[in-house]
Amino acid sequence: MENVSYLDYKGKHKGLLGWILSTDHKRIAILYLVSLIIFFLVAMTFGFLMRLEMLTPGKTIIDPQTYNALFTLHGVIMIFLFIIPGIPAVFGNFFLPIMLGAKDVSFPRLNLLSWYFYIGGAALVLISLFTGGGPIDTGWTFYVPYSLRTQTNVSLAVFAAFVLGFSSILTGLNFIVTIHRMRCPGMGWFKMPLFAWGLYSTAWIQVLATPVIGITLLLIILERFFGVGIFDPALGGDPLLYQHLFWIYSHPAVYIMILPAMGLVSEIIPTFSKKDIFGYGPIAMSSLAIAFLGYLVWGHHMFSSGISDTSRAIFSFLTFIVAIPTGIKVFNWVATLYKASIDARAPFWFVVAFIVIFSIGGLTGLVLGSLNTDIHLTDTYFVVAHFHYVMFGGMGLLFFGGLHYWFPKMFGKMYNEKIAKLGTLIFVIGFNGLYFPMFIMGYLGMPRRYYDYLPQYQIYHVISTIGSWVLIIGILILIFNLLKALLSKSNTTTELNPWGGTTLEWTVPTPPPLENFDVIPTVTHGPYYRPNLIKPEKSH
Amino acid sequence: MSNEAAVAHVHRDDEGSKMGMWLFLFTELLLFGGMFILYASYRFMYPDNFKVAAMRLDTLIGAVNTILLLTSSLTVVLAITALRRNQKTFSLYLLGFTVVAGGAFLVNKFFEWSAKIHHGIYPKGPEMANLSDGESVFYGLYYVMTGLHALHIIVGLAFIIFMMVFIARGKQTGDNCQKLENAGLYWHLVDIIWIFLFPLFYLIH
Repeated sequence: MENVSYLDYKGKHKGLLGWILSTDHKRIAILYLVSLIIFFLVAMTFGFLMRLEMLTPGKTIIDPQTYNALFTLHGVIMIFLFIIPGIPAVFGNFFLPIMLGAKDVSFPRLNLLSWYFYIGGAALVLISLFTGGGPIDTGWTFYVPYSLRTQTNVSLAVFAAFVLGFSSILTGLNFIVTIHRMRCPGMGWFKMPLFAWGLYSTAWIQVLATPVIGITLLLIILERFFGVGIFDPALGGDPLLYQHLFWIYSHPAVYIMILPAMGLVSEIIPTFSKKDIFGYGPIAMSSLAIAFLGYLVWGHHMFSSGISDTSRAIFSFLTFIVAIPTGIKVFNWVATLYKASIDARAPFWFVVAFIVIFSIGGLTGLVLGSLNTDIHLTDTYFVVAHFHYVMFGGMGLLFFGGLHYWFPKMFGKMYNEKIAKLGTLIFVIGFNGLYFPMFIMGYLGMPRRYYDYLPQYQIYHVISTIGSWVLIIGILILIFNLLKALLSKSNTTTELNPWGGTTLEWTVPTPPPLENFDVIPTVTHGPYYRPNLIKPEKSH
Repeated sequence: MSNEAAVAHVHRDDEGSKMGMWLFLFTELLLFGGMFILYASYRFMYPDNFKVAAMRLDTLIGAVNTILLLTSSLTVVLAITALRRNQKTFSLYLLGFTVVAGGAFLVNKFFEWSAKIHHGIYPKGPEMANLSDGESVFYGLYYVMTGLHALHIIVGLAFIIFMMVFIARGKQTGDNCQKLENAGLYWHLVDIIWIFLFPLFYLIH
C-alpha cells in the first residue's frame, strides 16, 4: 500500500473515473498533459495549413475567410489552451508539491476544479467553431470595433477565454498558498528550487492580471448582446480603452508564459552541470522583478494606436528595463556552465537551444521596444517572428525540455536519448527555417495576417513554409519517441535519479507514490547543494 | 512562516484557507478595478455629460441601499463572534438578518432598474438615442457595474445561506468556522465595492 505508484493506485473510483475524479496533483498533471498535447497538435495543424497557404501569392489551398479563422484559432488555442496553462499546469502540478516536500497542493479539490474549467473552456472553443456565425475571425486579440461587428461567433469564443481565465486564476491561487504554507521543515524561501520561484512569480501574475481580461471579455459579450456602448465608438465608447485593458492583462500574460520555462531552465542547468547554480538569489529575485515590471509595459503594444508621445516614451523606457532581469538570468545560467563538468544528456540539448533561440527573441524584442524602429516594424512579420522566438522558442521548447527531463520520473520509463537528441536538432533547424525568414520579410515590409502578398516576398515565404515542415517532423519525432517509450514494456526504470539531480523530486520513488513521501523530509541545504563537490567554502 | 501544516490534504489549515480567500478577493477587486478604470477615463472624457446623467439617479434609494449593506456586513461580523461564543441560534438570526438585508437591496435595485427601463433609458432603448454620447456611456457603465455588483450580492447571499445550513447541521462551529469567516470576507468585499459605486454614480454631480 505504502509504495503503490500514483499510476497504479486504486482509489474510490476505477478506470477513467479514477483519473478524472482524482484530486491527486500528479494525476491532475497528467490530465493536463494529455489535453495540452492534443490542443497543441490541433493548433500546430492550423499553423501548418496557414504556412501552406502562404506558399504562393493568392489562393493556394484555402479562401481568405478560412485563413482569417485559422490564424485566429491558431492564436487562441496556442495561447489560451497551451502556452498559458502549459508548464505550471503540467509540471507545476506534478512537481511543485514534491519539490517543496509536501504531499499535495493546498487545495486539491480546487486543483481538480481548475482542470474542469480548462476542459469546459476548451469545449466552448470547439463549440464556437460550429455554431452561431462560425469560427471567429478577429485575431486572438479580439480588437474592437471589429469584434463587435463581425458576424462570426465571437461571444462564445470570448466566453471560452473567460472560463479559461478562471482556470488559470485558480491554479495560480493554489500555487501561492501552497508555496507559502506547504514547504517542508527547513525549506526557507531561499532554499526553494528555482522552479518554485518561477511558479510563484507566475502565480501572482495569474491572480492579479487575469481578472482584468475577464472583465474586458465580459464587456465584449455585453456589447454584442445588449449594445451597452462602452467600447463602441458609434455609441460614445473608446476602442483605445479596450486595447489598454486587453494589454494590461495580455502583456503580463507573456510572463505567465515564459517565467515557468525560465524556472525549468534553472533546474536543468545545475543538474547537468553537476554543480550548484551560479547566482541563486539574483535568479530568484529577477523572476519577481520580471513579474512586477511586466505590469508596467503594456503600452508597447500600442505604440502605433494613437497614445500620447509622453506615454510612449515612458512605456518604451520601461520595456528596456525589463531586459535587465532577463539578462541577469541568462548571464547566471551561462556562468553556471562555466568550468562545469557538463553532461550533455537529452534534456540539456533543449536548454542550449533555448538560450540561443530565446536570446534572439529577446534582443529583437528590444528592436520592437524602441519607438522609431517599432513604427517601421509594427504589424509586420517581424513581430510574428519575435514572439514565436520568445514564446515557442521559450515556453514551447522548454515544455518539451521539461517533458524529457522529468519523463523517467513521471512514468518510470526511459526513452531513447539518441532519437530525442536527433528530434531536438531537427526541431531547432526547422524552427529557425520557419521563423528567421519572417524577421527579414517583416523588415522589408510584409504585413502580418495578410492573406495575399507581392511576389518579391515569395522566396521568404517558401523558405518559411519548408521550415514549418522540418519543424513538424522534429516535433513528431520527439512525441513518437516518448510515446514509444511509454507504451513499450521493456524499458521500465525504477532508478530514483537518472540525471543526478539534487532537488527533492529525485529522492522519491519512480514513479512517485500517491502521497509522495512516507515521511515529510527535512531540508538542511540549498536545492542544488552537492556534498561531494570540491569547491570554495561558501555554500548556501 | 510555520511549517507544521505540511501534512497533505487531510490537514486543516485555516491560515492557508484564509490566504486563499484573500487572494480570491484580490481577483475580484481587479475585476471591478478594470471597470473603475473605464469609469475614470470616461468621466475625464465627458465630465459634463456625466454630471447631467448622474442627476437622474435616485440618491435616496442609493442611500437606503448603502445603509442596508453596511448593516448587513455588521451582522455578519457579529454572527461570527456569536458562533465563537457558541451562541449558535443567535448567530443564525444575525446571518438571517444579513440575508434579508441583502434581499432588500436586490428588491430596491430591481425597482430602480425598472424605473429607468420604463423611461426608456437602457442600452438600445428609445430614450438612449436622444442622449449625448457621454450620458449613454454613463448609463452603460451604470448598468454593467451595478449589474455585476448585484450578481455578486446574489453569490454572496448563496454563500451565506450555505453557511447557515452548515451551522445548523453543526459543520461550522465555534472552533472551526473558517468557512464562515471566508463567507464574511466575501460579503465585506461586496459591501466595499458598493461603497465606491454609490458616490461614483449617485453622489458626484
